[in-house]
Amino acid sequence: MSVTTADQAAPAALPQTAPLLAIRGLKVEYQSGTTAVGGVDLTLQAGEIVALVGESGSGKTTLARSVLGLLPASARISGRIDFDGTDLASLSEKEFCRIRGRRIGLVPQDPGASLDPVRTIGSQVAEVFRLHRDGRRRSRLELRAEVVRLLTLVGIDRPEERLRQYPHELSGGLKQRVLIAIAFSLQPQVLIADEPTSALDVTVQRTVLEVFDRLAKEFGTAVIFVTHDLAVATDHADRIVVMRGGSVREDRGVEQVLARPEDEYTVRLLEEAAPARAAAPAAAASAAGTFALEAQGLVKVFDRGAANRAVDAVSFGVRQGTTFSLVGESGSGKSTTARMLMRLLDPTEGTVLVEGRDVTGLDGRGKRELWRTLQLVYQNPDSALDPRLRIRDIIAEPIVNFGLSGRAGQRERVLELLEQVNLPARAASARPMELSGGQRQRVAIARALAAGARTLVLDEALSALDVLTQAQILALLEELQRELGLTYLFISHDLHVVERISHEVGVMRRGKLVETGPTAGIFGNPQHEYTRLLLDSNPGHRLRSLAASNK
Amino acid sequence: MGRYVAQRIGQALLVIWLAYTVIFLAVQLLPSDPVTIFLSTDSAVDQATIDNMKRQYGYDQPLLVQYLAQLGGLFTGDVGYSLASGEPVALRISGVVGSTIALALSAFATAVVLALAVVVVATLTRSALLRKVVLNLPPLFAAVPVFWLGLVLLELLSIRWGVMSLFPDGSFLSLAVPVFVLGVHVSAPIAQVLLKSIDTVYNQPFIDVLRAKGASASWIFFRHALKNAGGPAMTITGITVGTLLAGSVITETVFARSGLGAVVLQAVTTQDVPLVQGLVLLTASVFVAVNLAVDLLYPLLDPRILKSNGQGSPRALAV
Repeated sequence: MSVTTADQAAPAALPQTAPLLAIRGLKVEYQSGTTAVGGVDLTLQAGEIVALVGESGSGKTTLARSVLGLLPASARISGRIDFDGTDLASLSEKEFCRIRGRRIGLVPQDPGASLDPVRTIGSQVAEVFRLHRDGRRRSRLELRAEVVRLLTLVGIDRPEERLRQYPHELSGGLKQRVLIAIAFSLQPQVLIADEPTSALDVTVQRTVLEVFDRLAKEFGTAVIFVTHDLAVATDHADRIVVMRGGSVREDRGVEQVLARPEDEYTVRLLEEAAPARAAAPAAAASAAGTFALEAQGLVKVFDRGAANRAVDAVSFGVRQGTTFSLVGESGSGKSTTARMLMRLLDPTEGTVLVEGRDVTGLDGRGKRELWRTLQLVYQNPDSALDPRLRIRDIIAEPIVNFGLSGRAGQRERVLELLEQVNLPARAASARPMELSGGQRQRVAIARALAAGARTLVLDEALSALDVLTQAQILALLEELQRELGLTYLFISHDLHVVERISHEVGVMRRGKLVETGPTAGIFGNPQHEYTRLLLDSNPGHRLRSLAASNK
Repeated sequence: MGRYVAQRIGQALLVIWLAYTVIFLAVQLLPSDPVTIFLSTDSAVDQATIDNMKRQYGYDQPLLVQYLAQLGGLFTGDVGYSLASGEPVALRISGVVGSTIALALSAFATAVVLALAVVVVATLTRSALLRKVVLNLPPLFAAVPVFWLGLVLLELLSIRWGVMSLFPDGSFLSLAVPVFVLGVHVSAPIAQVLLKSIDTVYNQPFIDVLRAKGASASWIFFRHALKNAGGPAMTITGITVGTLLAGSVITETVFARSGLGAVVLQAVTTQDVPLVQGLVLLTASVFVAVNLAVDLLYPLLDPRILKSNGQGSPRALAV
């Protein structure tokens, strides 16, 4: 390498030092012929937090994984990834092993499945030091002290005790803290955070991200934060990189992107993420009207050793043609409540009324009749549809089961339902695998409506979808409600979605309904302390303040 | 933990008792009593001999008395007397069982080593061709019948090349060849299940996290994947005990080895019901004991077993 005079003069003049990570013309293709990333340039300065935003299939995960050398075997990579003088794109697996974990770390997406279930927490944290021995040799005791120090650093209580515990004994938030401790243990220069909190509740998400932010600042770690949630991205990043279809659409500071989004796709993302323009349905809600679904003093006790009141004296009503949302963190009892209302689970105490009729004591046959009008749309459209059946048969199944019409009528009804959920008629002969996540959820909704349901229980029905698809399904749900006068009980931990779709909201915590009221009231003027905490944890503070200042 | 162990042992005892009861009832379903059946092969037997023998063996007692007496006998190790030789069944079996145990255990060890070798090579090799070849071994092993492989090896080694005697002579080959023949057959299901569950393990996100920690392929395989995948493989290993015992009988016959095989053959051909009864009970007990061992070892591999609500076998999670 020759050093020219111009180069010598340059550093003083430039405010920026050479980037820590420089991706040049990166292309990743899969053997199937699809191009996941098509010529991306991206730089990362030391200590910088960059959010990589985009919907599923945008190439953001592939890009992040190529920095870690964790692409599947079928991927072909070209271009350069310069990291501190080495080109990562051309590194052998063996050379990569020395960089991964020590100089580039990963905080994974799903804390539930990202720790080895059959090894203790202590051994999994200590493993990093065993893998990279080049530093000072540590005795067992020193290693133990180091692990305890790391666990304390990420805010894990009783760290000594945790060492001997297995992942299944820890909550999702704690597991993610352990993974963060592992990622930071050797103080890497670059950290890839791949949707690190998408599987966590908002309250947990906030505390975990706080830890993450603090450590990144403390150690001067540069972070590539992969997310589909623009609200989270704007709260935590310095810079936002928007990806779509394998290329970078926008790459600027958070303020600039928020103030003047340049790309049309960014504009749409911002629109969907900005919660300020919600509250339309709340105004239309009629305060009067009969209850389509009502819970009166519902209690559920699961007796497993210690008595545990999973649901404790929950009472609320959902008016005909409106949407009632139950929010709360996982374990708060919202799904159990929904299952009791669906009569899939027998309440220990209390009464369930459907359209004014007490259905608590229904037997098998009675429940079957009930489910013609009361249907469930489940969280994960992938597992809720039989992969072997064609869409036509999936949607027709309730019609066949209830013996509602003959063959010809069936076909007609399926086409009608497909049209109602805005799917093309040719989707009828496809199988679930051939459809996208959003399309599958439409099929699930169509199936729920097939036997003539008037009330739908939607249990986290949008959680598995990305923002823009969520918006489309939400629009569909609103349209169906207007046209068919449907009633929704909506279960979600996503407050943005809840605010947009609900007329009324109930907040659950530890089995109790702590607050209910009209959406505007709950979001605008929360009474209960826990509701305030929930709303406070809701990401998107910068987005909201921006939206407020625009008005 | 204590509760889990007690539950498993209780279940095992229950299964043995049920197996014994079923065997007893099955004998009652025979068209006649065991003595009459046994003596019917003899052309000239008078009724007095039959009655006499019946009295001696206790077959003239009421059913319930017979059942309770036989059940009581189990606790003292008395499983009745062989009709053919008059020897106690327990003695008849224990006299030859040693050779079968030696064969079965060695074959089992061979099977485990073979299965592990297949999985290690298939997972860690960089050559796609070698992986393909190795992946096709277990189906091949499963498809080759024990007796066929035994006969082919016998033909080649003893008759064509003359390196091994036709009958067991205590040489290394005369034990190694039967062990290999049986081991190959038993290794197939173990390897197949282990391959499948290794595959499942490798699709889990924690493998990516391990790679991101800087772990090498062999580190991940030996320190994490194997332990995670071990459960289902151990379960199938417990189930192969049946194959192992049946295979032992066939192998012993092919290689003219003494052992349970010869006794089984003899008991069935002479219609020696008490001896057959004893053999079936032995098989059931071995099966139950091995599977009990698997159940008790399982929590060591996967700590989540003890957390699940104590109901049902851990196998429910293993599938």
